[in-house]
Amino acid sequence: MTEKPFNNRAWLMVAPVFALVLFSALLPMMTVVNYSVQDSLGQNQFFWNGDAWFRDLLNPSTEIGARFADALLRNLSFSLVALAIEVPLGIAVALSLPRGGWAVGPVLVVIALPMLIPWNVVGTIWQIFSRADIGLFGAALTGLGLHYNVTQEPISAWCTIVVIDVWHWTPLVILLTYAGLRAIPDAFYQAARIDAASRWATFVNIELPKLQKVLVIVVLLRFMQTFMIYTEPFVVTGGGPGSATTFLSIDLVKIALGQVDLGPAAAMSLVYNLITLTLCWIFFTIMMQLDRRRYA
Amino acid sequence: MVDVLPRASVSVARSRPRSFTLRRGSGLLPKLGFAVYLVALMLPICWLINMSLRSNEEIMSTLAFWPHHPSLEKYYYILNDPTWIHAFGVSLTYVAINTVISVTAALPAAYAFNRYHFIGDKYLFFWLLSNLMAPAAVYAMPFFNLYYAIGLFDTVWAVALAHCLFNVPVAVWILEGFVAGVPREIDEMAAIDGYSFPRFFIRIFVPLIANGIGVTAFFCFMFSWVEQLLATTLTATDALPFAAVMSRSYSVSGMDWSLLAAAGVLTMIPGAVVIWFVRNHIAKGFALGRV
Repeated sequence: MTEKPFNNRAWLMVAPVFALVLFSALLPMMTVVNYSVQDSLGQNQFFWNGDAWFRDLLNPSTEIGARFADALLRNLSFSLVALAIEVPLGIAVALSLPRGGWAVGPVLVVIALPMLIPWNVVGTIWQIFSRADIGLFGAALTGLGLHYNVTQEPISAWCTIVVIDVWHWTPLVILLTYAGLRAIPDAFYQAARIDAASRWATFVNIELPKLQKVLVIVVLLRFMQTFMIYTEPFVVTGGGPGSATTFLSIDLVKIALGQVDLGPAAAMSLVYNLITLTLCWIFFTIMMQLDRRRYA
Repeated sequence: MVDVLPRASVSVARSRPRSFTLRRGSGLLPKLGFAVYLVALMLPICWLINMSLRSNEEIMSTLAFWPHHPSLEKYYYILNDPTWIHAFGVSLTYVAINTVISVTAALPAAYAFNRYHFIGDKYLFFWLLSNLMAPAAVYAMPFFNLYYAIGLFDTVWAVALAHCLFNVPVAVWILEGFVAGVPREIDEMAAIDGYSFPRFFIRIFVPLIANGIGVTAFFCFMFSWVEQLLATTLTATDALPFAAVMSRSYSVSGMDWSLLAAAGVLTMIPGAVVIWFVRNHIAKGFALGRV
């Protein structure tokens, strides 16, 4: 791998993308920044409020601060659990997918189906599907003797959202991992066969290292998506019972549109963005390190 | 001797796949696990189809694995109602526009990110990705103001442009991996052969990564098709997307579950068609990612 040439004319090729995304990102972002430092008395009257919203938000002893800290913790634990299930499951399924033949096409289509359903329909399906009286999922769990009720039990509600997310998004992990697996040249497998490597050894020494980058991308994508999960809990549980499934986005919308407290909501979304940015920057740096090590 | 050699190689060829399958398929467990996963995956979808064939009273009163009086009534209703048809067309239009814009803009950018160093490249790439983290719920209101101000509100263009916020970065990200798979020698050869850059790019390079374009188009299509918060916020009457029409049936005489389910089944079809077209690209394999 030779070093890439330095050429600032490459900006010309990046310019359309830059302009397109800037157009959609900059103004909304500035609006949010604008709201975050102002307070309003209604009727579109705003006055300067400095960093007061931010100080409230980051101080867990205030009402909004406590609320934010709770939602953040809830969301982080949700993201971690969802990732911990989806990534290994996705890899396992990708490994057992057929590698060729007529079955590949239909299987890929079937696996991708959950991702192709608009998000409110996903919510609608699960609203009925998880009811103990008329839904299969709820009925099955109740039949097993579990105390399951989405609208009343916080734990049921929380687990249901995790199950929905796993059902909805593991296909993404599968598709990307499968594509990554198929890109590994046959020679590697032949070498493993000659060495009489066990299935597990092949996985650890060949497949996993080759999948490293795909997996980093998958984790990054899924983390961002779970961290801003909105539609599924909104439709299925409405953030309840109590605040068991009030994740960050749900809380934000409740404050911004429900209570029309634009200031705190804006401050909250900025802090929220900063947190995701920091976490993703860490991931991103790891990715670049991997890259450097590979080509060093 | 001449006779022995082919026979030996034949027997090698025969024995090899067997030992391979023996080791790989040694457990019935993976196959069983895979089957269980597929069933778990299909159950909610079957439930949706099941619901769409039953009446509302039946849905709300009994748990049934099969519709007792299956009827396609709701499908007829949707397919004969101009509002639904129009909304379906609108959704397909903005998704198509968005996919075309995203892929076209991302192609040269992916090439630039892969082939050159330039000032701020890493930061630009990260900034692009950071837009995937923007919570749509928060940006909905500012988006409304923005598109209202420039007069695009309630057009398919508003939604198509707004979806670029997350689809363009995704497209750049995916395409970049494919660009990395094309050896740089090809660029150099084309230059030596006297190809100008635009001609090289369109005539030689784009066909080389046709695979990647297919896969990218699928992902752009998917993310734009399922996104609804922005789509419903940015439209009112003329460009009402499918999802908005669906949410209307929530209010009319309670909840028309069966109608919603039928509409839900119909929304799966375009995506399934698109993935059917790119299935071979995915099965061929691609190594995503380099930063």
